[in-house]
Amino acid sequence: MTPRFDYDLIASWIPEGARVLDLGCGDGELLASLAATRGVKGYGVEIDPDRVLAAVGHGVNVIQVDLESGLSAFEDDAFDFVILSQTLQAMRRSDLILAEMLRVGREGIVTFPNFGYWRHRLSILLGRMPVSKSLPYEWYDTPNIHLCTVKDFEALCTKVGAEILDERVLHEGQIVQTLPNLLGSLGVFRFRRRG
Amino acid sequence: MEMMTAIPPGSVGEVAPQRAGFLEPLILKAGKTLASYELVYETYGTLNADRSNAVLVCHALSGNHHVAGWHAGEPKKLGWWDNMVGPGKAIDTERFFVIGLNNLGGCHGSTGPASVDRATGQPYGAGFPLVTVEDWVASQARLMDRLGIGRLAVAMGGSLGGMQALQWTLDFPDRIGHAIVIAAAPKLSTQNIAFNDVARQAIVSDPDFHGGNFYAMKTVPARGLKLARMLGHITYLSEDLLGEKFGRDIKGDDYGFNYEVEFEIESYLRYQGDKFALTFDANTYLIMTKALDYFDPAREAGGDFAKAVAPAKAGFLVASFTSDWRFPPERSREIVKALVKGGKDVTYAEIDAPHGHDAFLLDNAHYHKLVAAYMDNVAAEVGAGDRARPLIVGGTELEEMKGYSGRGKP
Repeated sequence: MTPRFDYDLIASWIPEGARVLDLGCGDGELLASLAATRGVKGYGVEIDPDRVLAAVGHGVNVIQVDLESGLSAFEDDAFDFVILSQTLQAMRRSDLILAEMLRVGREGIVTFPNFGYWRHRLSILLGRMPVSKSLPYEWYDTPNIHLCTVKDFEALCTKVGAEILDERVLHEGQIVQTLPNLLGSLGVFRFRRRG
Repeated sequence: MEMMTAIPPGSVGEVAPQRAGFLEPLILKAGKTLASYELVYETYGTLNADRSNAVLVCHALSGNHHVAGWHAGEPKKLGWWDNMVGPGKAIDTERFFVIGLNNLGGCHGSTGPASVDRATGQPYGAGFPLVTVEDWVASQARLMDRLGIGRLAVAMGGSLGGMQALQWTLDFPDRIGHAIVIAAAPKLSTQNIAFNDVARQAIVSDPDFHGGNFYAMKTVPARGLKLARMLGHITYLSEDLLGEKFGRDIKGDDYGFNYEVEFEIESYLRYQGDKFALTFDANTYLIMTKALDYFDPAREAGGDFAKAVAPAKAGFLVASFTSDWRFPPERSREIVKALVKGGKDVTYAEIDAPHGHDAFLLDNAHYHKLVAAYMDNVAAEVGAGDRARPLIVGGTELEEMKGYSGRGKP
């Protein structure tokens, strides 16, 4: 498992005792750690049976549902935070899941591999689809079907009515201050429904 | 004397049913009262010193108290959930004290329609009151009192058994830590009730039924019970499974152009129906199906199921099977949605299995691993310790498929 640099940043935003929904929760590591360190209450959502099993092993509440079919199991405003960590790029309708996040949560947190990272740009410039630490698949077997840049995501937020509260771009765990859409490989956004 | 049967790994081995008599009247949902009653039950494993490791297994329509192991002299007749319960299995009897019982109205030893009514000296027959899931849970709680169990670590079951586990969390929120609700529903659908009624009509219209008082007539409404079972059996299995097992196979080389048993599926269903009619009580079948029909916790909460489950304090594991069309995954999701709305601890798994509703009884490594993982968390919570050996998965053949040798299979 590659280290998840976004987890620490996400954790720093979540207050004690918050109600959290973690979409695409994987083995439940983030939720388990948030529960242990911040006493959060919440649920993970995961489609893969083996990851569901692993999440049960981590002692978190996990609901096996396909995110593509929406979040109909969850009520409006049911959560303080809805997290979508490195899953957006693998969804068929990335726009619809953002809208659903805004419906069920007070705030949303999305992290995704930044396609605008310079190595990715360079690779395209040299005529090949990028394969990198943040995008480790070949074009023909990648689950990542909707890649976007930090700027693309900003535009999508505007489109779906999300107000960006915080926006960081990381590279190997460090926050990139200069030319983040070029030098950062991981976008981390925090947003809420535009009032 | 027969030889001692060796105990295979994961088996609880030979077990003996026990009985508990209750003289305190039980007031039933239907308004009637059972003045006294007996419950037959089995236990596996050991109740720990602080009595925190009890797991109640609730049975479905045709189940009973014999959950695991075998009875003396019948080493082949394993309990109906033997693949789930045993030392090293998902419900690990080295750490948990497991109780299975036969519900009131049953026909495997607990007070039911074939029991003698002390007031008349005759079998209850049609006079046995209709019992509901709530009544069962109330009677189960009294059995727990008798066994010195103040609080269950877990109540669990599939189908109608899952409904009882759910009901436990509503009626005794402080007496249960977790409910494992498998292949269940918050209430029956119209179609479910329709199937149940056809089954009941098959029984009550059998001339040998005698209005439910067939015991005195020394008859059994076997034809009605057989039809009821044949119908039910079709609904418990998936179309794919039936197709795969029997297809359009016929007994002879060509069509007979008559009404004799011809297609393999006909032969199979009749075999199942006949077997069931010999061992099951027709009045119990009626009672069990009505208990299913009446189950609807939302009814007393203005139709709001989320409001109905609000009292629950337990953690939940809800599971469904993809090919179950009797209680499909959507019905389990309704349960999950209501529990999530109430902020309950709930985990939901949709298990990929081809068998249909009866998948909850069958071997499925992922399913058993999931229950095992959940139970490991429960064990940690109640101080029941770690698993002493690797998980043992499997070992039980589909009960209904057992013994059928229509196609030359032994």
